[in-house]
Amino acid sequence: MLETRNLELFYGTSRALKGISIGIRENLVTAFIGPSGCGKSTFLRCFNRMNDLIDGVRITGECRVGGEDIYAKEVDVIELRKRVGMVFQRSNPFPKSIFDNIAYGLRLQGIKSRSEIEGIVEQSLRGAAIWEEVKDRLHQSALGLSGGQQQRLCIARAIAIRPQVLLMDEPASALDPIATGKVEDLIVELKKDFTIVIVTHNMQQATRISDYTAFFYIGELVEYDQTTKIFTNPAKKQTEDYVTGRFG
Amino acid sequence: MSTHVRSESTRSLTRRGIDWGSSLGTAISMAATVFILLILFVILGNVVIHGLPQLSWRFVSTVPKKDFFDKDSAAVLPMIIGTSIRVLVMTVFVIPIGVTTAIYLTEYARSTSWYTRIIRAAISNLAGVPSIVFGLFGAGFFVHLIGGGIDDMMGTTSPKWGKPALIWASLTLAVMTLPVVIVATEESLRAITPGLREASLALGATKLQTILRIVLPNALPGILTGGILAVSRAAGEVAPILFTGAAYFLADLPHSLSDQFMDLGYHTYILASQAPNIEKARPILYGTVFVLLLLTFSLNAVAIFARARIRRRMRSGH
Repeated sequence: MLETRNLELFYGTSRALKGISIGIRENLVTAFIGPSGCGKSTFLRCFNRMNDLIDGVRITGECRVGGEDIYAKEVDVIELRKRVGMVFQRSNPFPKSIFDNIAYGLRLQGIKSRSEIEGIVEQSLRGAAIWEEVKDRLHQSALGLSGGQQQRLCIARAIAIRPQVLLMDEPASALDPIATGKVEDLIVELKKDFTIVIVTHNMQQATRISDYTAFFYIGELVEYDQTTKIFTNPAKKQTEDYVTGRFG
Repeated sequence: MSTHVRSESTRSLTRRGIDWGSSLGTAISMAATVFILLILFVILGNVVIHGLPQLSWRFVSTVPKKDFFDKDSAAVLPMIIGTSIRVLVMTVFVIPIGVTTAIYLTEYARSTSWYTRIIRAAISNLAGVPSIVFGLFGAGFFVHLIGGGIDDMMGTTSPKWGKPALIWASLTLAVMTLPVVIVATEESLRAITPGLREASLALGATKLQTILRIVLPNALPGILTGGILAVSRAAGEVAPILFTGAAYFLADLPHSLSDQFMDLGYHTYILASQAPNIEKARPILYGTVFVLLLLTFSLNAVAIFARARIRRRMRSGH
């Protein structure tokens, strides 16, 4: 589903990502792990071209979504972002009602029918395991929700436009353990319909929810394999040192 | 291996002695605040005490006679209309131009490029230009160049646009208050959490859609603040309208944007400097100033009320 070959990223002249080649499988959860600053979030953001927003960023190598090179000149970035959705570390609901938050992406696509929007809103909120909690206050401000609820709302907002891929950048790191648990259960459910890539600091989380894990270190992809193998019998010593907590 | 830091807390928690530094700081700040409020009350109080008796229904709703230095012939309706219209027309021009400029500077322009820096320098310098210079600029650029040009193009015999007019005074004021609106708008644009723009873009919105649907609506209170500041400044300005539209005396109320107008601020100046008998003119003077302050406060009150409603709706999520 997602594929890179020798991808390199430069901030000006300094190289942040070095020669990364990876193939991410469909309808699975893939975790990116590694110490702070190793480039996992930067790499994640290559897949929906959110790095374009930063001045002076340059990318070489290949990066494909569903077989298509997303950095080709003819690519419509807007369409790409509809296909590859993102959930951020700090939940960022719009200062609008819960309903309008979900409907935002739908209205962008030109969907006008009220009943159609209502249907998709309910479906997305159910899909994000938050419908029961908010169904009676859909038109109240999203900012009145708790942190965990806001994050699940952002997930609902992202899946409402039916992307193929969900990129999640440490989605539970700002949440308490109970809310984290809910988000993790949600992610395992969601992989039936989406390809999920999650960046996480929390190795226990990676073992709990991911099928494949990629270990990054200072801008390089050190090892990529099934999660069970990475955490029980890694091939590289560096990986072993990290997952056993000897550093990072 | 760890070193214990011997804590100093063997003495009791009760305060010993007065903290002179803090007390002095508090006292000075309070004194400064009281001083400013005092000045405000003295000025306003003076105007209210002397201006209130002059107010009557006739004063604010009729046209003055030619010799308006006399209590019975003085009236300020044309000035109220003139001041109000020129402020409103100014707002119509300055808000769109100011907001668009601010959006360009915050959302599109690269902060390091040379032309961005030139634009910013131009805005700062514009803010420092003396009001009378704006008046002269308005006379030369708007009245003669543009107004005269329109007249030439339309082939009119007697000048219609190439003379002082409401539209030119309003435009001159718009140029003068641009920096205020730009800065206030920029402040409110910057105050929006960057995460919101990211969220919008990640959902497949274009930059323009993000600006129109997320950024601008959230910056609305700040934009209104800029408008309030612009209105407050412009309502009382006299120098910029001196050569661009204000008139000493007009028999009729202004009908169109190409008409001249009478103005509260300008009228105050006339009463203060050209009255044959200052004792007789003084009450009228206070009355006029009072009406000007009342008008400014009313215009601001409307905008402040609108801003409060928008803020409340934003907090409750529409």
